[in-house]
Amino acid sequence: MSDVVEKTLTALPSLLSLDSHPGSAKLSSTSKLGNLIRGITELTSKHEEEKLIQHELLAIKEQVSSPNTTMMKELMVRSIYCEMLGYEASFSYIHAIKLAQQGTVLEKRVGYLAVSLFLNESHELLLLLVNTVLKDLQSTNLIEVCMALTVVSQMFPKDMIPAILPLVEEKLNHPKEIIRRKAVLALYKFYLIAPNQVQHIHNKFRKALCDKDPGVMTASLHIYLQMIQENPDAYKDLTPSFVTILKQVVGGKLPMDFNYHTVPAPWLQIQLLRILALLGKNDQSTSEVMYEVLDESLRRAEMNHNITYAILYECVKCIYTIHPKSDLLEKAAKCIGNFVLSPKINLKYLGLKALTYVVQQDPKLALQHQMTIIECLDHPDLIIKRETLELLFRITNAQNVTVIVEKMLEFLCISEDDHTTIDLVGKVAELAEKYPLKYNEWFIETMNTVFSLGGDMMQPDIPNSFLKLLSEGFDSVEEDRKLKLFAVNSYVPLLRGEPGKLPQRFLQVISWVLGEYSHLREDLEPAEVLSLLAKLLDMKNSSSETKSWVLMAMTKLCKGGTDASVTQEVSETYSSSLDTVLRQRAHELQYLSQDPELRARVLPRGSCGNFAFVSEALAAGAAPYKPPHQRQEELDQSKALSLEPYGLSLPISMSSCSITDRQSPTLLSMSSGLSGDTLKLDGVKRVWGREGYLAQREPVEEAAQVEVPSPIQSPGRQGEGDSLHSQTPTQTPTPEPEQEKQQLASSLFVGLASQSSVSLMGKSEPTPQRFRRKAKGQGPGSSFNASEQISSSLISPPSAVDNLLCNNLLDSNNASELAEQTSQLSQRLTTANGTCHTEAELTEPDTKGCNPALRRDNCVVAADPGPHDDPGRLTEVCLDSYLPAELSGLSHSEIAPLCANQSLNLSACHVQKEDSLILVVFIINSSESAIQQMLPAGEMTSHSVAVGQYSLTVKRPAVHVEVVGTVSYQLPAGTSQSLQFSYKVPLTSFIRPFVVSTEEYGTMWLSFSHDTKQNLTLINDNQEPLTATLNALKKKLQLHVVEVIGMEGIVACRLLQDLPCLMHCRVNAGWLAVWLRSPVPDLPDCLIYHCQRALQSL
Amino acid sequence: MVCTDNIDFTIPLQPAADRRMIKFVLMVNRQGQTRLSRYYHSVELSRRAALEADVVRYCLSRKKDQCSFVEYKDFKVVYRQYAALYIVVGITDSENELSIYELVHNFVEVLDKYFSRVSVYFSLQSELDIMFNLDRVHIILDEMIQNGHIVETNKSRILAPLTAIDKMVES
Repeated sequence: MSDVVEKTLTALPSLLSLDSHPGSAKLSSTSKLGNLIRGITELTSKHEEEKLIQHELLAIKEQVSSPNTTMMKELMVRSIYCEMLGYEASFSYIHAIKLAQQGTVLEKRVGYLAVSLFLNESHELLLLLVNTVLKDLQSTNLIEVCMALTVVSQMFPKDMIPAILPLVEEKLNHPKEIIRRKAVLALYKFYLIAPNQVQHIHNKFRKALCDKDPGVMTASLHIYLQMIQENPDAYKDLTPSFVTILKQVVGGKLPMDFNYHTVPAPWLQIQLLRILALLGKNDQSTSEVMYEVLDESLRRAEMNHNITYAILYECVKCIYTIHPKSDLLEKAAKCIGNFVLSPKINLKYLGLKALTYVVQQDPKLALQHQMTIIECLDHPDLIIKRETLELLFRITNAQNVTVIVEKMLEFLCISEDDHTTIDLVGKVAELAEKYPLKYNEWFIETMNTVFSLGGDMMQPDIPNSFLKLLSEGFDSVEEDRKLKLFAVNSYVPLLRGEPGKLPQRFLQVISWVLGEYSHLREDLEPAEVLSLLAKLLDMKNSSSETKSWVLMAMTKLCKGGTDASVTQEVSETYSSSLDTVLRQRAHELQYLSQDPELRARVLPRGSCGNFAFVSEALAAGAAPYKPPHQRQEELDQSKALSLEPYGLSLPISMSSCSITDRQSPTLLSMSSGLSGDTLKLDGVKRVWGREGYLAQREPVEEAAQVEVPSPIQSPGRQGEGDSLHSQTPTQTPTPEPEQEKQQLASSLFVGLASQSSVSLMGKSEPTPQRFRRKAKGQGPGSSFNASEQISSSLISPPSAVDNLLCNNLLDSNNASELAEQTSQLSQRLTTANGTCHTEAELTEPDTKGCNPALRRDNCVVAADPGPHDDPGRLTEVCLDSYLPAELSGLSHSEIAPLCANQSLNLSACHVQKEDSLILVVFIINSSESAIQQMLPAGEMTSHSVAVGQYSLTVKRPAVHVEVVGTVSYQLPAGTSQSLQFSYKVPLTSFIRPFVVSTEEYGTMWLSFSHDTKQNLTLINDNQEPLTATLNALKKKLQLHVVEVIGMEGIVACRLLQDLPCLMHCRVNAGWLAVWLRSPVPDLPDCLIYHCQRALQSL
Repeated sequence: MVCTDNIDFTIPLQPAADRRMIKFVLMVNRQGQTRLSRYYHSVELSRRAALEADVVRYCLSRKKDQCSFVEYKDFKVVYRQYAALYIVVGITDSENELSIYELVHNFVEVLDKYFSRVSVYFSLQSELDIMFNLDRVHIILDEMIQNGHIVETNKSRILAPLTAIDKMVES
């Protein structure tokens, strides 16, 4: 330290001589500025500061008006000081402009500086600067040109750009690099404030990009980053240029003075990586151009210095943003590993941030670092903790939600920052509402904590959507009642306690819930609730808004009679209130409490009139509601990832393959396999994941089980019957805290693992569980019964043989009967998802009790067509000829073998008719004997073929529809036999064009409640992309293009027979933004899936 | 066309300048007194003092072994300490914190080069350097950061305009 002081002291004289008055070291410290600085450094209180600065301002004001310009520069610096300390020196603004205009070189620069510090971009005095700038731009003194360009690129009045634009453009050809560079930066400023003004010089930007000087090129990247952000498609052709530049920079081709700690131009590298990420996003061919240079960047940046880590971070982000390449992803993942494991806290932070970014693509990565994440969760530095919670928020699923929410609430209790509180409370509420299976005490308690902690700061939509959720309820009356009862039960003690401590918003929620649902609790007298509510009115800190909620609740509760005295008193008190709203409420209370009949009509029990306006507004065309924090997330585009599944390798694993808007931060919800059960909360439902990563499991039913997880009984495995092999045999006794952490890990990262993934916890193989519970949170409008998913009706039996077959062989009633045995089974009728039928599904415990025949049926689905190798194979070939005459003219799908046993071979195909889909089943008697008693009566001679045809309708859409049937028959020996089969049809076979007019479309659009949005790739061939894409969809999916207007198109189709689905397409930033609406749940989601596939397969 | 009128699901594009940028640069001493401030988004004069006090209090309260990046309201703050002086940079959430952390050091190295100090970063005396040469420090900073973006990091190029001015003043 003494060394430092010594050096400083010896350097002091030279320092002071730097002041603008050469050789005036002494003077400087005794000058006015020196006095001011000394004064400032000696300040001890705010009061002193104020005194000093006010005095100084007066002095400056006095001096500034005297025409002594030699003092002017010093005066400006003194004014800058005053402003820096927060004291306005507006009288000096005009003098700053004058100084820029008249001063000598350094004075001029200080004048410009003062202007840029004092004025904001819309300040009117800025206009006075235009002439000075104009003059300086034309100066022969390069320093003056430089200054003018610098100030222009900092601030310039928008309207005056044309006045100087030609001059600035001219400078792009200046021989000096610094002038060219500053001219480019000035144009960037113009582009930022008035993009239209510089539209015509885009080719000059290209010239700047190719400038021989790296500085000029670097400056032009600002413009390109901005333009590419707005429209990446227009600049794809530049990708090779950016790649080449990056290659040269990374390869050390720049002059040495661009290095920072031997790293070549790190900030330039970062800028280029950002540009590449934007260009390569969702674009395979463009991404391929950059793989090599990204690999090289990763390799070169191995030096152990902060700045190389900063580059690596940007590189990793780029790799995870562009079209993926496996070996790059692997290297990037390793890189993140080094970050999070680093003992350097700044790197750890950056690692967590990177991890938060990439887990949305690959949740497995979180799993690899689970123990580190756990450690970070307990990190003494709140910032690290906070960032970890952000990460956890993004990997939340139905199994770990309780633990993650608990962690968030813990943090909320210690956080003192309002902004953090608001943000976290919003996230907790979002998570709590997203998992309907958690709609129990846990949900209510979590929300109670949210309301207590969030207080009156939280987003107002949180209580609103909570009440909406409660009021809409579930399909199951019992569940519905239970949840409401939980709420009532938890609120009553709160009111009995110290309600004065509760935030106003919470009190409002409580009042509303008690008003609506306190009758559910039978042992609770309305009179007691009334008196509890009345107590709220008497509290000093109750706002009048709260009081009005309380009065409304009381209006709902009062029945006259015994309660009359309380209500009477209250209504009298408030009917003379100064607050008109309260007065109104009081009068309502008074009248309605006295007239039970009127009250019953106005406030029928169970009707939640408060929300009626929402549906009315929706019907009137209002956009569906999105909570502010969600909207905010959407704004924060740079954090959003491409969430489209890459390629076709991703099996859609659920019937409701909802692919919602890409900006939702909560995409991981689907990993639970429960997302289909959520309420239609806009934008929270999402389904996609690589097979295995997002293994779906039976949800945890009890929160308690999650809270006390043990390594053996982690919630995800609970009830799976595989806990035997879930226990890691190699597990050595671990020290207590370590074990605790492992338990936490197993409860946090449950649902992310797959058997192939590296798991520190030796997690068990997740048993694939494709079946979901009956949709609980379905909107009340849904009229579809889970047990009648498919109806198969008979159409015109053409022959006697058919007649026999219809009712008996293909007994679809039988199928739905079976389906009713367990809800899961009924589900599987529709949740057929061709890609992932495996034997494993059968072992899933819930089906155990079922008819064994069903298992056989399942086997059949998975079975290879081996049985058809022999005689059956031959028959199959000529089955075409058995196709009923009236269908033979129509195109039919390939006749596929279904199943076979010793005596029967079943094959089927489907035929698309204009208004129906016909399933044709061919039954081949492959045995040597006749088959009898194919119920109710009939027989088939040896080696004959019987044909049945059935018209299919979809009641509840799924990506693939599966038909299950049974053939029962009797062999001559007298033994009864049955043969089960199933047949899968893609939903697209049920889609037909729907011809409507634009007006009809408009009307229908508004009335449909189920929707989904997604960005699809545009087809870029010679045609106009929108038309090309719509035509492709029309051809592949039989859609009807209603109208194309400019960049928008409307398309309609129907699901047989007449379930409409409307599609609105719009070209937006190189994507086709598609919005589907339908009155049928899941239809938009399924259709978007097929649209996506259709476009990908082109 | 009722339907298209009602449909607007484009994401409102914020100017890139707002999405990824430096919001301010501060130099403060250990007592929390501002020695330099530069804002790249408009903040009213009256609000600046409070914001600075808040941010600085937060940074000063942190220990050496804690993370150099902190959250403040809806933005992030990157700070770096040089003896008695703290350099504090406010950035948006999507900015690369570590690159800003190093930018601060680059800035300090440039100042160091200009003020001809070898390997000694700021001490109490150089707090005075900053104060006596506030205009020059600002001029240097203006060469490095404009509109919240890093525009130059090459040390000799950053200093070129200022040294040219100095030479003119001398002659």
